[in-house]
Amino acid sequence: MRLVAPETVTFTQSGFCPGCGHGLAVRLIAEVMEEMELSEKLLAIVDVACGSLNIDSWRFDTIMAAHGRPIATAVGVKKVRPENPVMAYIGDGAAYSIGMAETMHTAIRNDNVVAIVINNSLYGMTGGQCAPTSLPGQITTSTPKGKDPKKAGMPFRVDQAFTGLDIAYLARGSMADAKGMMQSKKYIKKAFEKHMRGEGFCLVELLSPCPTNLNMTPVKSVERIKNEMIPFFPLGEFKDKKEEE
Amino acid sequence: MAKVLLKGNEALAEAALAAGCRFYSGYPITPQTEILEYLSWRMEEVGGEFIQAESELAGINMVLGAAAAGARALTTSSGPGFSLKQEGISYLVAADLPAVIVDVMRIGTGLGDIAQGQGDYWQLTRGGGHGDYHTLVLAPASVQENADMMAEAFDLAEKYRHPVLIASDAAIGQMIEAVEIPEFKEHDINKFDWTIKGCKKGTEQRKIQNVYYTHPDYEGYLTEKYRQMEQEQRYETVQVEDAELVLVAYGISSRVCRETVEIAREEGLKLGLIRPITLWPFPVKAFEEAKAARAFLTVEMNILGQMMDDVKLAVGSGYPVDHYGSIFEIPESDGIIAKAKEMLKKEGK
Repeated sequence: MRLVAPETVTFTQSGFCPGCGHGLAVRLIAEVMEEMELSEKLLAIVDVACGSLNIDSWRFDTIMAAHGRPIATAVGVKKVRPENPVMAYIGDGAAYSIGMAETMHTAIRNDNVVAIVINNSLYGMTGGQCAPTSLPGQITTSTPKGKDPKKAGMPFRVDQAFTGLDIAYLARGSMADAKGMMQSKKYIKKAFEKHMRGEGFCLVELLSPCPTNLNMTPVKSVERIKNEMIPFFPLGEFKDKKEEE
Repeated sequence: MAKVLLKGNEALAEAALAAGCRFYSGYPITPQTEILEYLSWRMEEVGGEFIQAESELAGINMVLGAAAAGARALTTSSGPGFSLKQEGISYLVAADLPAVIVDVMRIGTGLGDIAQGQGDYWQLTRGGGHGDYHTLVLAPASVQENADMMAEAFDLAEKYRHPVLIASDAAIGQMIEAVEIPEFKEHDINKFDWTIKGCKKGTEQRKIQNVYYTHPDYEGYLTEKYRQMEQEQRYETVQVEDAELVLVAYGISSRVCRETVEIAREEGLKLGLIRPITLWPFPVKAFEEAKAARAFLTVEMNILGQMMDDVKLAVGSGYPVDHYGSIFEIPESDGIIAKAKEMLKKEGK
């Protein structure tokens, strides 16, 4: 077992809550970069919410972009520095609500950027409001009686919405247990491999715990992923465009 | 380089490339669309990147990424689209990023209309987005100036690490004049260390974010930055020294006023003209030349006389300041002279 984190993880004091998934994702990305020898090349773009704290948690050149716009910003970066790996790191609210147009059109153009989308089924930084990914009946600070799908719709599933688009890669992993973490890391790595081959838009969604805003213990929060989220958000690879296609 | 006949919008686009701009993302909106169309084919020829963005929001945020990566990046819009750019402009300012944003002004509020206008003055000069900022604003008055100001805008943007706005309008954008495109310059995306390029082991990580988070003396730094930018006042004056009434106009309106001064003086009416070239910083220095002036009249293509605020601040409370406005059409000399006479009559002559 490897207990040493990659050099690009800074170990500075972070603002993440105990049991938060962001730290897990930081480590997975940093490990993939190290294995692929891309640590000195990665250009990262984070959203303004909790994920923005990554700017201090990793040692990659990083832009903190406007809420919902990191994928658009990543497209601008990639066009100027096509040799570098370019990743947008955002939450589900950014990717599927305020930034849906940017996510969708980057996919339509199949721009060659990687998007890592942290899906915790709510808006974390602002205190746990309803998101497009919130589950039916989920109690949030903006759905105090539970999310009513008749008013707010069913949870948005990127695997249903984006598979018809001509993108390079689409996968969903879970960060709820070791098995899920290893699987998620494989997806992240595959996305970057395809990205470095210039295949196009790669989106990896990671189901992530948010104990603070779910009013749960860290353990309950990861159990919720397995028991409640995965039934709505199946894990796996949904689009894996072959190189020759 | 020989003179060629070009539309103002096209001259601006070609001059941006000459200034080393190799990244453009925009969205169609009249009357700036020719810039987008021109760069859709021309950018590729010079080895740059062109993207027709899904919205102005995406466009300006792509520019933010390109600027952070070191490119000379441009986006252009008009009216409603320029409002959507404000989010990104505020973020560019916050993160100390250079970029050039062009507003080919159209008339009106909301949708308004596609005719030329100068109604975005407040938005351009007061900091059109949220927060506590100004941006440098250059106002061309001809197709040639559309071309000449691009390199200047990019230079200023890099000098201050700050977005620079170009206040063009539908008339300048759409009219065709003879123009000499400046010589092509190369821009090196690695010219500045602060641009993101990949963090080598053992070196300091580059963070493009609100300088508020990282600057040890944020207030002092910004105060000094704006104090320096305020020195960048650019203007032209036409027979201001002995003028009894000074017209103040920029852009296409200033060209009419130049002629108005001549016509009025033939009639014995001593008019002069102050033409701000920078709208922010407003050229207060120019008003020192107005030694004989008894009144000031702004000539703008809007209803509220938005520039009057700045003229009043420049001349103090001792002088009447009024506004000759026109909407849907470029102001005319006859009307301006009549208004000037009326003002001077009220002042006792």
